[in-house]
Amino acid sequence: MKMKKLFQFSVLSSMLILSACSGGGEQAAGEKEGKDGSGGAVKADIGVVSYISGPGAAYGEAITSGLKLAQKEINAKGEVDINLVIEDSAGKQDQALTAAQKLINSENVTAIIGPTLSTEMNVVGPEADLSGVPIMGTSTTADGIPQIGDYVFRNSIPEALAIPASMKKAIEKYDAKKVAILYGNDDVFTKSGFDTMKEAAEDMGLEVLTIEQFQKGQSDYNAQLTKIKGLNPDLILCSALYNEGAVIMDQARKMGIDVPFVGGNGFNSPEVIEIAGDAADGLIVATPWYGEKEDPKVKEFVSNFEKEYGKKPDQFAAQAYDALYIMAEALKNAGEADRDALRDALAEVKDFKGILGNFSFDEEGDVVMDPTVLVIEDGAFKIFE
Amino acid sequence: MLIEQLINGITLGSIYAIVALGFTLVFGVLGIINMAHGEIFMFGAFIGVIVTTSLQLPLWLGFLAAILITAIMGYMLERFALRPLRSKQGVSHLAPLISTIGVSILLENLSHHLFGAGNHPFRASFAEINFQIGSITIYLVQIVIFVISVILMMGLSFWLGKTKAGKALRATAENLETASLLGVDTKRMITMTVIIASAMGGIAGILVGMAFNSVTPQMGLSMGLKGLAIIILGGMGNVKGAMAGGLILGLAETFIVVYGDSGYRDAIAFLAIIVILLIRPQGLFGQKIST
Repeated sequence: MKMKKLFQFSVLSSMLILSACSGGGEQAAGEKEGKDGSGGAVKADIGVVSYISGPGAAYGEAITSGLKLAQKEINAKGEVDINLVIEDSAGKQDQALTAAQKLINSENVTAIIGPTLSTEMNVVGPEADLSGVPIMGTSTTADGIPQIGDYVFRNSIPEALAIPASMKKAIEKYDAKKVAILYGNDDVFTKSGFDTMKEAAEDMGLEVLTIEQFQKGQSDYNAQLTKIKGLNPDLILCSALYNEGAVIMDQARKMGIDVPFVGGNGFNSPEVIEIAGDAADGLIVATPWYGEKEDPKVKEFVSNFEKEYGKKPDQFAAQAYDALYIMAEALKNAGEADRDALRDALAEVKDFKGILGNFSFDEEGDVVMDPTVLVIEDGAFKIFE
Repeated sequence: MLIEQLINGITLGSIYAIVALGFTLVFGVLGIINMAHGEIFMFGAFIGVIVTTSLQLPLWLGFLAAILITAIMGYMLERFALRPLRSKQGVSHLAPLISTIGVSILLENLSHHLFGAGNHPFRASFAEINFQIGSITIYLVQIVIFVISVILMMGLSFWLGKTKAGKALRATAENLETASLLGVDTKRMITMTVIIASAMGGIAGILVGMAFNSVTPQMGLSMGLKGLAIIILGGMGNVKGAMAGGLILGLAETFIVVYGDSGYRDAIAFLAIIVILLIRPQGLFGQKIST
């Protein structure tokens, strides 16, 4: 197994050198692929790097479900014919890079969707940019992702936009002055969420009582929460992924902490209610995705998704779904499955009406969109006002 | 607040101790570090979740099912991963360690497949029972965990020290061949040890599920590593050492959060272990290999 991997890697790296030397040849191959799809449909292979196994496999499951549903619908329309090539990153940087290199070196792959974590994107992004492969993150919300290069895009609202929006609303409503911050310190995503929270708290003139940290996969947060309880904050800012976040809320409520929580993007999942039950009440998050929206497009997506997978789509499924539609739109506009043409077409995407809302890329490939602020009340996400 | 933190620390420490007891039992008798112990612990937690939350059955049935299934897993572990290695000549002494690592990977992925990736809540009404003393909330589960860990430790000490089966077990630990010449059914003793250790892992799993309301396929790994650190701290193969080591680690982790920086929680706890080991390399209660 190890030998095989080693062999693969050496083949890949030698291919990488080869392809770097002959960028022109690769383009020609891409064009040929595009024209093969006679009958008007632009045929393209889209690579996917996703977190399919390991602690965060639920993200990968949601993302690939969203992508597959979009693929089915897009291909049925007949304008674009997309084939997904899905690779597992297991949430690890090295494996994400290997998976991405495999896709980059496959001449048929026109663009990549993924990887799941910002940590992974930080290593995969530069590689894809260097090789001239458009790459779009659907769940990478840390700072600085699209700034990696011209070929790097994302359709997930960055924390820097979402967190201050939700904090501002919560502070206005509860007239909060003192806050406690709790965050996961071993993940780029939750760490960057914390940086944003801290900065926003300072900007808004809040008194930060304490900053507590925890690690991924921890199951006992009582020590940190007891400390926070003793300080009596008006609001708890918590940058956590939902698995940890839901348990934190559960333990906090059991302990008698009843102040609202403001969470980052990773905290935003119906799973929180599933795991924490009543304890989830009072969680405030800003979200690009709200499944109860009175929008026929959203309703259709939700019902189709439920029919296909037997559960409600979460934000990650929705973002992935929209991402493939954006890809398809750009492919259609590019008219061929060429990496450079697709990049240019992606950069031009403006006012795309997806299920997330009115979507545009700014000049750096980052998101321009208004987040909705939600709160959990009586076991359901509702619009927070 | 200090009392609350003390309770937090003792709860966490008791859970560590129960996990470590299972480790130390297998190490004491077989001289094997059972890396699959954490995963068996995790399965115990999942069985508890399924019985009490999904099937809505009473809690004692959950305990019974968890003990039964983890005991069966212990038997399978010994039968398929350990025994074949013991009977062969020229097998490296590291082979059982590697083989249990293999089992742990298998079990983690299996549970991933069976139960899904996410966090499973534990909804037993028993876990909700609490007392209010002033501003302090104490959960019955926390007391139960401490009591169970003490009972298990005392029971195990008594069983090993005072009963015939315990003597046979110690003889087996001392020297396998001599014990079997003296008429001890060593094969049965070893199987029984692994089964008891696994069942204790199962009990710990269900207690963690109740106390923290968090059960994931990954919980086995970190718990397993901490259990390992504890038996090194307490003295390999020593029952009282496992208990003391567990409580020390649990309290250390909690009080680092209280007085220090929660980001260094794991680091400082393990640093404390390194310091203790520098002073007492055999561990707190360790002598030679004994139980």
